[in-house]
Amino acid sequence: MFRGLFKLTWLEIKIFLREPMGAFGSIFFPVLVFVGVGRFLGGRIRPGLPSAAGFVGVGLPVLASVLISLSGVLSLVTIISIYREGGILKRLRATPLRPQTILTAHVLVKLTLTVVTMALMVAAGKRYYPVNVDIPVFSFALALLISTWSILSIGFLIASIVPTARFAQPIGAAILYPMLALCGLFVPLAALPPALHRVARALPLTYAVSLLEGIWKGEAWSAHLGDVAALVFVFAICTALSAKVFRWE
Amino acid sequence: MTPTGTFRPVIEVSGIRKTYGDIVAVSDISFTVGEGEIFGLIGPNGAGKTTTMECVEGVRRPDRGVISILGLDPFRDVYKLQNLIGVQLQQAQLQKRIKVWEAVDLWASLYTKTVDGDRLLDQLGLTSKRNAWFMTLSGGQKQRLFIALALINDPEVVFLDELTTGLDPQSRRAIWELVRGIRDRGKTVFMTTHLMEEAERLCDRVAIIEHGKIIDIGSPEELVARHCPARTVVLATLNVLAEESLHRVPSVETITRQDSRLTIQGCGDDFVTEVIGCLSENQIRVTDFRTVLPTLEDVFLKLTGHSIRD
Repeated sequence: MFRGLFKLTWLEIKIFLREPMGAFGSIFFPVLVFVGVGRFLGGRIRPGLPSAAGFVGVGLPVLASVLISLSGVLSLVTIISIYREGGILKRLRATPLRPQTILTAHVLVKLTLTVVTMALMVAAGKRYYPVNVDIPVFSFALALLISTWSILSIGFLIASIVPTARFAQPIGAAILYPMLALCGLFVPLAALPPALHRVARALPLTYAVSLLEGIWKGEAWSAHLGDVAALVFVFAICTALSAKVFRWE
Repeated sequence: MTPTGTFRPVIEVSGIRKTYGDIVAVSDISFTVGEGEIFGLIGPNGAGKTTTMECVEGVRRPDRGVISILGLDPFRDVYKLQNLIGVQLQQAQLQKRIKVWEAVDLWASLYTKTVDGDRLLDQLGLTSKRNAWFMTLSGGQKQRLFIALALINDPEVVFLDELTTGLDPQSRRAIWELVRGIRDRGKTVFMTTHLMEEAERLCDRVAIIEHGKIIDIGSPEELVARHCPARTVVLATLNVLAEESLHRVPSVETITRQDSRLTIQGCGDDFVTEVIGCLSENQIRVTDFRTVLPTLEDVFLKLTGHSIRD
């Protein structure tokens, strides 16, 4: 069923890292910025100020994770459309590789890179940020995996319908980034006007942020079953739709 | 067809039709490919060659018609079939930064039966490119890599779609040698080309296809004999009586003169012999003599009323 999955995933990771900006752009650059900002801000935040500590302690790491996850999704959209346009998908499909194996390999590549980047971030954060909270690393990693997995399925749906590789990145960005504004990171959901609040409740990113924030703060999974259910629901819908409309060439 | 002379069909296509929206790519195509032969679909771009081939490979499903390959239904039994066939797709690419050996290694891991990848690369002259990225290969090297990938599972039937399009004449000849080598190992080769010279030099049998229909099928020699039986002899002579003498040869039909050069057209297997006989009988001294045989290009022109490049 998934013959060749491991080999293809490993190969795609190697190929990605050979891209001129591959490893640096997607793994080290975010960590460097994070550390840079941390060193700059770190010494200046007065511990007594709850709002600042709240942002650095919870908002910042969650924002960073969501951004990493979104850039992974965008990169997936771009790679899939380049592979389609170049006939690579068609060539791979004319082998015993099952279609789901080819696509799963790409999802695994992005999940792996997201986790590696996050692990480096957490390590850097513990070293450079003054907020000494006990972060549930494994739970948070799991929450991030579920969120990324769910958002990746939206990426797949976008990749299924973008006409050419040229449009993949801008269309993907135009769909995904506006969700950030309403996801609850910048403005609390409760403070949104009712209409926007309803929009926010319809956006999958809102649930991802709620889950990530909660787990980061040490809340129990049982308090976030709704978020997980929403993310799984998004995954199921988007996967089913992509299966219908995905074009191999 | 086969060296032993028996025709054992490995591909049987009967009455397939395939449309894309309003466009009829293949309207009604039937043919049979025998074991161990190089069979070519020839025709201009857009004639339906690739669609037909992809239906046989199981990549596409025809709207109508029946296809049997190695006793399997290509669409229903596609995964079983993929172990038995090797495929080179038209204008396919691989990941830009995949290394040659990595591609071979990945392909080898996908099939139940495989041949030695390094030996294959050696046979195809790619050993020195083993560690090169796909994007750095020349057109000919890319095609040789695709042939390697098509052969990695020691397939019974090899599909080659426009294999030498865009290659320089030298690489093209090298690839032709490789394809003959595949057949000599007992494999069946099913190929498409819009290059008549390629079909003529490589294919045991060809099907001429235009507007989604097959116009005729046969060996290149058969097709030429059937549709363009006229033979031409071009000779140069200063003997003013030559034209008159040649006109008396029964198989000669027309003679045109341009300075000292005579172009003589005629019909039948004895035509050339009779012309030579006439020349020696009348002691006509010639300074040049050559026969011009019609080619598949001429057959195509005759059958369709236009050149394949139009």
